[in-house]
Amino acid sequence: MPGAIYAEGLVKTFGDVKALDGVDLDVPEGTVLGLLGPNGAGKTTTVRCLTTLLRPDRGRALVAGIDVLKDPVRVRRSIGLSGQFAAVDEYLTGRENLQMVGRLYQMKARPAKARAAELLERFDLADAADRPTKTYSGGMRRRLDLAAALVVSPPVMFMDEPTTGLDPRNRQLLWEVIKQLVSGGTTLLLTTQYLEEADHLAHDIAVVDHGRVIARGTSDQLKARTGGERVEVVVHEREAMATAAEVLRGFGKGDTTVEDHTRKLTVPVTGGAKLLAEVIRELDGRGIEIDDIGLRRPTLDDVFLSLTGHAAETEDDESDKETAS
Amino acid sequence: MSGMSMVSDSLVIARRNLIRMTRIPEMVLFGVIQPVMFVVLFTYVFGGSMSVGGSTDPDVYKNFLMAGIFAQTVTFATAGSAAGIADDMQKGLVDRFRSLPMARGAVLTGRTVADLVQTCITLTVLAIVALIVGWRPGSAEPTDAGRVLGAFGLLLLLGYAFTWIGALIGLSVRTPEAATSGGIIWLFPVTFISNAFVDASQMTPWLRHIAEWNPFSATVQACRELFGNPGVVDSGAWPMQHPVWASLIWSVLIVAVFRTLAVRKYRAADG
Repeated sequence: MPGAIYAEGLVKTFGDVKALDGVDLDVPEGTVLGLLGPNGAGKTTTVRCLTTLLRPDRGRALVAGIDVLKDPVRVRRSIGLSGQFAAVDEYLTGRENLQMVGRLYQMKARPAKARAAELLERFDLADAADRPTKTYSGGMRRRLDLAAALVVSPPVMFMDEPTTGLDPRNRQLLWEVIKQLVSGGTTLLLTTQYLEEADHLAHDIAVVDHGRVIARGTSDQLKARTGGERVEVVVHEREAMATAAEVLRGFGKGDTTVEDHTRKLTVPVTGGAKLLAEVIRELDGRGIEIDDIGLRRPTLDDVFLSLTGHAAETEDDESDKETAS
Repeated sequence: MSGMSMVSDSLVIARRNLIRMTRIPEMVLFGVIQPVMFVVLFTYVFGGSMSVGGSTDPDVYKNFLMAGIFAQTVTFATAGSAAGIADDMQKGLVDRFRSLPMARGAVLTGRTVADLVQTCITLTVLAIVALIVGWRPGSAEPTDAGRVLGAFGLLLLLGYAFTWIGALIGLSVRTPEAATSGGIIWLFPVTFISNAFVDASQMTPWLRHIAEWNPFSATVQACRELFGNPGVVDSGAWPMQHPVWASLIWSVLIVAVFRTLAVRKYRAADG
């Protein structure tokens, strides 16, 4: 049986650009899927197709068991949408915004009002409830935006880059809210450019690039695919590098890489902390002074790099391109 | 989607747009100032040099002019609705609305209804200013309160019809700025190649034909007739002979055509 969010072969073309090139997804009920990829990978287009904002050229999608193409109206009753493109009205107060959304979910005036008050309280916006949202900080606006998506407690939620542009404190706050939500049984599809965020919130991760899902699995599975742990050493003196390399070769399970200018040596290992202690003893025994040493596990950044051949956060690259052209 | 939801959703959106207007009062203010300026400029700058039906009396031109200014004012609401819709598209509100289980035409209907309320306010202020500078219903032919109110009804209907053109423009451009200019530019030829500011019977024949069949002219002619003001053109063109009917038909036709196009575009908006 397909999950709460299910997509099969979604294709969407804008002119010459193939935004989606056969996206398949299956998100079991009550879980979080992190859709990970650089700008322009097709994350947002996928969300737009699943939330009935965009009609895919080909493919099939079910949300909460309802066919997105055949019965979009029923899908809209079962979903909440939040993120970079679903906004709130900046001239309305927080309360007015939530009441309006409640009414448009076809709630009666009184329950919509009560629900708005409840959400404002829950999202720590009660004090600012009667101010136009124009005066809100970025973090407050995101919280209100999320609250708007939760007005009817939909079983399926979509969040498109919910924390992009937020400072670390507000990101943490939002993560807590999202975790609470998921522990209540909501199925969530989350897109993000932040690998840390996917690592933190998602049960499963689908890596998207050029309109296709190029890898999927849990964060640990993806990291394991990229390779296991490794020891990284930075020696104090350049002269010691050759000796240090010899030591590492003795412990390593693969080739040792040496970076001359940073005096850094890296070698893949198995054996964890115990082995690290042995490496330190051996280096110390040979009189090599160490600036830094550690056991590194691959980050999702490494995963992304090894899967796509380019780094995940390409925002800067793109803005560079724009200024260049 | 039930009819009930269409009505109630439209009212929710209209309410939202009206709340916005109270939070941005300068928008309403500029909307009023502009036509007031037109009244003053046309009355005092052009008033003395215009000839209407052979008369160059400034008072005759003043009474001739007002129906034209009123009609031009209501059509300028087009720019407001175009900019409003474009702004909602750009800010992502349209996406929010499109993801909600609401009636599809309600976002645009709510907008045009709110614009109609603004047009009412503008028109009321404008009528008062017009009375102050000397506009008098019944200056040329006898009239009564019912006929005068009927004329205002035709004006509001014309304004409402034009906001649907504005809605379509708003959905078709990329930015609110483009929507503002795009909502207004074409109104200049439409309102000037008409009987609004000059006596159409003095135009060259081909221009005169355009002016007489211009939907805008029908409302202006109907208003002059209902206000009992001078300058009702004696012409063979059907809309000039039956201006009230022509005005009604044109306005309803514009709503029917542009509402259909705009709602279709809204549904397909892939923004």
